[in-house]
Amino acid sequence: MAYALQQLINGLTLGAMYGLIAIGYTMVYGIIGMINFAHGDIFMVSAFIAVTAFTILAAADVTSIPLALTFVLIVSIFFTSAYGWAVERTAYRPLRGSTRLAPLISAIGMSIFLQNAVQLTQGARVKPIPPVLEGGVVLWDAPGFTVQIGWSQMLIIVTTVVLMLAFTWMITQTPFGRQQRACEQDRTMASLLGVNVDRTISFTFMLGAALAAVAGVMVTVYYGVVDFFIGFLAGIKAFTAAVLGGIGSLPGAMLGGLLIGLIESFWAAYLWAEYKDVATFGILCLVLMLRPSGLLGRPEVEKV
Amino acid sequence: MKKTLLATAVLALGGFSSAALADLPVAIAGPMTGQYASAGDQIRKGAEMAIADINARGGVLGEKLKLEVGDDACDPKQAVSVANTMVNKGIVFMHGHWCSSSTIPASEVYVEADIPMATVSTNPQVTERGLKNIFRIMGRDDQQGLVAGSYIADSFKGKKVAVVDDKSAYGKGLADEMAKAMEGKGLKPTLREAITAGEKDYSGLVTKLKQAGVEVMAYGGYHTEVALILRQAQAAGLQLTVMGGDTMTNSELVTAAGPAADNVMFTFSPDPRKNPDAAPVVEKFRAAKVEPEGYVLYAYAAMQLFEQAATAAKSTKYADLEKAMRGGTFKTVIGDLAFDAKGDQKAPGFVVYRWQGGKYDYAK
Repeated sequence: MAYALQQLINGLTLGAMYGLIAIGYTMVYGIIGMINFAHGDIFMVSAFIAVTAFTILAAADVTSIPLALTFVLIVSIFFTSAYGWAVERTAYRPLRGSTRLAPLISAIGMSIFLQNAVQLTQGARVKPIPPVLEGGVVLWDAPGFTVQIGWSQMLIIVTTVVLMLAFTWMITQTPFGRQQRACEQDRTMASLLGVNVDRTISFTFMLGAALAAVAGVMVTVYYGVVDFFIGFLAGIKAFTAAVLGGIGSLPGAMLGGLLIGLIESFWAAYLWAEYKDVATFGILCLVLMLRPSGLLGRPEVEKV
Repeated sequence: MKKTLLATAVLALGGFSSAALADLPVAIAGPMTGQYASAGDQIRKGAEMAIADINARGGVLGEKLKLEVGDDACDPKQAVSVANTMVNKGIVFMHGHWCSSSTIPASEVYVEADIPMATVSTNPQVTERGLKNIFRIMGRDDQQGLVAGSYIADSFKGKKVAVVDDKSAYGKGLADEMAKAMEGKGLKPTLREAITAGEKDYSGLVTKLKQAGVEVMAYGGYHTEVALILRQAQAAGLQLTVMGGDTMTNSELVTAAGPAADNVMFTFSPDPRKNPDAAPVVEKFRAAKVEPEGYVLYAYAAMQLFEQAATAAKSTKYADLEKAMRGGTFKTVIGDLAFDAKGDQKAPGFVVYRWQGGKYDYAK
């Protein structure tokens, strides 16, 4: 029981991070109907920005952890959003209106470009930071097994919940959210009604990148090491999460992320860890056979 | 300004022509990019230094050596295309690849093209396929696993041991051999697990180890994953000692795992840096700000092997080189090299090391 609880905590932490990245995939798909394969690498870039920011803070002798985390989050969100904007502007906007495949290939190219650029400028070696948030709380001292939740795990789960609430509010209640949903439904109509479609799309990319930046900072804090390759697997898993939850749907992306995190950690805990990915993708196939548009079906926002 | 430009152009031309004169191409191949790029970097630094030294001595049979570098990123498909490129470039000797899963398919290309190769890949299959062109200058996983497994059985008697691998040809081979050696000495592994390399989250595995009360993890795989597992074990309050293979020589393990790296033990050939004959070369590397750790001196030795075999055979033709390599004994920076009929080193010998404060030394 204690063991199951510990694995639940592990799975939730992992799932929260997949979910944060998955939202970037799902939002972009929702608005322009393409898979932004460079999104995983945007996440990787944000982790590198976080490492740089942490290094600067360490050099400046900042010891207050809340202050440091806030600073790193702001810096990382700012620069990563800029990356998200630049990627859309250079690789996707010129191709808007061409064949469906063109932006897809452009996205793959962007992904390779970002990976290689970081590898060449930052080096191929892993970049470590010293542990930022050490320790945690013991939840349950069961006989033979102590369940504990680390401060960093708590930070990840709480941040994700807060962000999700803020995000849902933004999409459903604010003028920007209304424009965003309008563009999702019908771009031509939205532009005829005075919505600046290009700006809305740019902003969507920046928002996706900002959420990936939060995930990047969390990964840096939680695992303590980053390398130029982390975007690949994380991107694939998050993309899977988005598809599982129903691509285009925001709550779906979060649900998909959590499910994949939980499936991974429970399968590895009780069955054969070596078949963990087989299980994840097997379940994805099953869900898609029964519900071809994913768990939460068509994007909820379209019904508004 | 114009003159500076002109001078640069002349310099560039000069460099170009001297490179063009060197007409005996030899090659290295390995992960120059990708997640194991630091190993490729070691091989490149070792080979570059060796070739500079050999050329300073006048080259091989009067011809200067020219280094070709192939990047397979430890991807078997890319390894085959690197091999084809190298064959096209007319290389006469190959040192590589690094990952066993790259060396095995690439060697099929080299044997077709009559190119002799030296490798540090440790999977038994590298030399078990009856290829005549392969010479392994490192030990084999089965020898390595035997030494590591026996050490665990002897030193951690009565403790719970998990055997974990990363599902790669190298990792699984090594882990299987460690498990076999442990069982042979009467220590049954408590858990047998496998992970996916390249992920960041191993908290599931760590929790499983903690639940089973495991204190020692015998690991077949690469250092990047070990660093993450150790860090996450420490966060979960699990004291874990790791026993790994030759890949743990990488100092990146210490940067990534921090002080937890002191819990890592591994098997590796006796440290070539401690070889008294190698002292001048080691000095030279350090003067060039390169620590000759891991595979650096092996790459140097591979080039020495080619130099001495070609000199002895008075030829760089495949048949002559192969005969010379199989028959001779070569004095290299990693000690005397001699090969058996399969192409394995006659006296491989593995020792157990332990990381301690950022350096590794023989384990007590």
